[in-house]
Amino acid sequence: MRTLLTAIALAAALAAPAAAHEAKVGELTIGHPWSRPVKAANGAAYMSISNAGSEPDRLIAASTDVAERTELHTHLIDADGVARMRPVQAVDVPANGEVMLQPGGLHVMLIGLREQLQPDSEFPLTLTFERAGTVTVEVAVEMKPSHDGMDGEHASH
Amino acid sequence: MPPTSDAARHAFRPMRTHQKALVLAAVAALLASLWVALPAALVPRIDVPVAASVGGPFELVDQNGRAVTDRDFRGRPMLVYFGYTYCPDICPTTLQVLSEALAEAGASADDVAFLFVSVDPERDTPERLREYVTLFDPPPLALTGSPEDVAAAARAYRVYYRQHREPGQDDYTVDHSAYAYLMDGDGRLVRSFRHGVEPAEVAAAVREQLPGPSS
Repeated sequence: MRTLLTAIALAAALAAPAAAHEAKVGELTIGHPWSRPVKAANGAAYMSISNAGSEPDRLIAASTDVAERTELHTHLIDADGVARMRPVQAVDVPANGEVMLQPGGLHVMLIGLREQLQPDSEFPLTLTFERAGTVTVEVAVEMKPSHDGMDGEHASH
Repeated sequence: MPPTSDAARHAFRPMRTHQKALVLAAVAALLASLWVALPAALVPRIDVPVAASVGGPFELVDQNGRAVTDRDFRGRPMLVYFGYTYCPDICPTTLQVLSEALAEAGASADDVAFLFVSVDPERDTPERLREYVTLFDPPPLALTGSPEDVAAAARAYRVYYRQHREPGQDDYTVDHSAYAYLMDGDGRLVRSFRHGVEPAEVAAAVREQLPGPSS
């Protein structure tokens, strides 16, 4: 009995983070959606989006209950080192390719957070793609080491 | 210069005088252009065009409401970053890199003054900053002030910032210089770091500013 309980507990422990770290819709795989903990008005969500299909797709909208407004943004840093954050209409997902939403570049901006994003929590984020349709992913709130943020590797919590 | 013109003369001996003069003029022009171009190429890359004049006095307020000036940090290196708390991406990314660098360098707040200066004084009150900085370990000392005092601090550090409103939106973001500055104990610029710098690079530069082990 104890073995069975241990096995169930172990399975649950293994399954939970895995579910949070990947989602599929059509030919698309959303890899490890995450956000920093936030104690401010605005936040950002990052993820990888890979496309196994032979047609390109586009992320055209995102929404979540934790923020008053959700927009797709990118950062432009010019030769003088001035950073300008600007909305984009869509994020292109190339056919048989991948796009990274990551610190310092493309991100889902969460504007007017209704609550602080606490470390080791999760929140749902609904993504709408032009072709693949809509999918809701669980965004993991975690303080990743900065060098981790760029490569899309899964961080353990 | 003489060896080059000797060689040129030798090589072009069969030419007539005015041709020789033309060639010499061309060589001289080439040398002159090198004279201008070469030193520029030899100078190490400086991240900020006006590096020598970055830094200077400021009078601001920290997240606990205390008045703070640049003179409070004399004798300690300063790691300075200008940003704002409504900035969801670039600012927390860089602040995280800087705090990781300080941790890696083993630098406490007594060793290095880690300063985050808001370029959004309208929204970044001390209360808001107090909450914000707890995300970082070690946390920066977060500074704000009147719009005039913040503008003066930014001018001293040659930091550009400007509010940006998308058409039809009430709220705004702030375009701003995304460099971090390492200043020495006398408040002079040691070097600047671009967005995207690795913590190890910042940590190495910070270590050089700390008193070495007694050996």
